[in-house]
Amino acid sequence: MYQFAYHRPGSLAEAEKLFSAAEDPKFMSGGQTLIPTLKQRLASPSDIIDLGGLKDLAGISVADGVVTIGAATRHADVASSAEVRKAIPALADLAGWIGDPLVRHRGTIGGSIANADPSADYPAAVVALNATVHTTRRTIAADDFFTGMFETALHTGEIVTKIAFPVAAQAAYEKFRNPASRYAMVGVFVARTAGGVRVAVTGAAPSVFRQEAMEAALGKSFTPDAVAGIKVSPDGLNADLHASAEYRAHLVTVMAKRAVARANG
Amino acid sequence: MTAVSMTVNGKSVSADVEPRTLLVEYLRENQRLTGTHVGCDTSQCGACVVHVDGVAVKSCTVLAVQAEGASVVTIEGLAKDGKLHPVQEAFREHHGLQCGFCTPGMIMTAVDMIRRHPEGLDEATIRAELEGNICRCTGYHNIVRAIEAASAAMGAKEAAA
Ligand SMILES: Cc1cc2nc3c(=O)[nH]c(=O)nc-3n(C[C@H](O)[C@H](O)[C@H](O)COP(=O)(O)OP(=O)(O)OC[C@H]3O[C@@H](n4cnc5c(N)ncnc54)[C@H](O)[C@@H]3O)c2cc1C
Ligand code: FES
Ligand code: FES
Repeated sequence: MYQFAYHRPGSLAEAEKLFSAAEDPKFMSGGQTLIPTLKQRLASPSDIIDLGGLKDLAGISVADGVVTIGAATRHADVASSAEVRKAIPALADLAGWIGDPLVRHRGTIGGSIANADPSADYPAAVVALNATVHTTRRTIAADDFFTGMFETALHTGEIVTKIAFPVAAQAAYEKFRNPASRYAMVGVFVARTAGGVRVAVTGAAPSVFRQEAMEAALGKSFTPDAVAGIKVSPDGLNADLHASAEYRAHLVTVMAKRAVARANG
Repeated sequence: MTAVSMTVNGKSVSADVEPRTLLVEYLRENQRLTGTHVGCDTSQCGACVVHVDGVAVKSCTVLAVQAEGASVVTIEGLAKDGKLHPVQEAFREHHGLQCGFCTPGMIMTAVDMIRRHPEGLDEATIRAELEGNICRCTGYHNIVRAIEAASAAMGAKEAAA
């Protein structure tokens, strides 16, 4: 690991100030992506600004049909939250399937979505549930947040503070895990929301995306059969040593079918 | 250098460390607690698991400075008055180890999992809970049996208390 200066601000304002004063800074939340990256010397920030001291950044509340999760809330706390399990069980399931218990004890939702790994799980929930991302500067709609591989609409120095998930009438997540890394080879989140059925796919492409043909079909009939016949094109999908683009395309349909079955379950 | 203070196995310790010092390096090299192992470079093996403020984490994926003010427990902190912890005892009884390299991490993960499952543990749950701990010797079978036995023994003890 390269050297860096370490800061632990006590407020968001102080965090932003430290960020703008530093040469090449990075925020750190749970560190479960950033520290492995630093260990591999894939990043060499001048300063690390640890958001771990900001107690207000973590927490879960449910009110008026919206589940609001603070950016620094750990995966384990979302997975074991009785409130989340009651309002949006699919979200608790998803959090409980991230990595392993040790990673879940430190990794946070804000870090996960800010990082926007193409195989990360949370982006699928954010997009399918049509969540709103709150930052230190504005609110960003789910459809505008993820802009590419490891890319988001966040500006330099902007901090995710919380994510607001409207409760869906029905929702479920299904993930085909990479057996070694636990990340999603393909994950599909389906949700019957106030604005219609939404289907978000992670792991398959450089960034999370909505599968519109499936949304239309499920809007007419919310059954596994409605999506069973929909073939997904492998064009533009990820191909690596774990799976070809064709295999991932096939998995999108299989995971969508299973997710709808689980939602109806 | 950054000053860092924490409690390790009940004892207050402080030191000046480089911010890039990993918690596992601090424990092994500064505190000379070498029971916590390093088995990988990629945050995947779990040989380095310790408890920070009561929950199991990979100490190779936490900076020592992040543990400022925290209470850390390592494998050395489990035995009390020369008596092995029930999970350590169960690993010995059920041959839950061969070379022993993964064992400190396995045991720290097991103690945490038993705490989070007061209702008891079945084999499927134990195997799912062990996803962050890799063993290249045992094939896991006896590790699972040891944790099952420890969970039952500890539950029974609580019920008797
Ligand atoms: C072994 C292992 C297995 C894993 N398996 C999975 C898996 O199956 N599925 C999955 O989705 N993930 C997985 N992860 C990743 C894990 O979920 C991380 O916790 C998560 O991706 C990042 O969250 P973090 O809090 O650790 O962020 P950090 O590592 O602290 O930060 C990640 C990035 O986000 C930025 N950032 C952090 N917080 C904020 C904020 N509030 N505002 C703006 N920017 C911010 C940081 O600057 C950094 O660039 C795995 C990780 C490991 C080590
Ligand atoms: S040393 Fe392998 S996970 Fe920490
Ligand atoms: S006993 Fe050798 S690695 Fe587990």
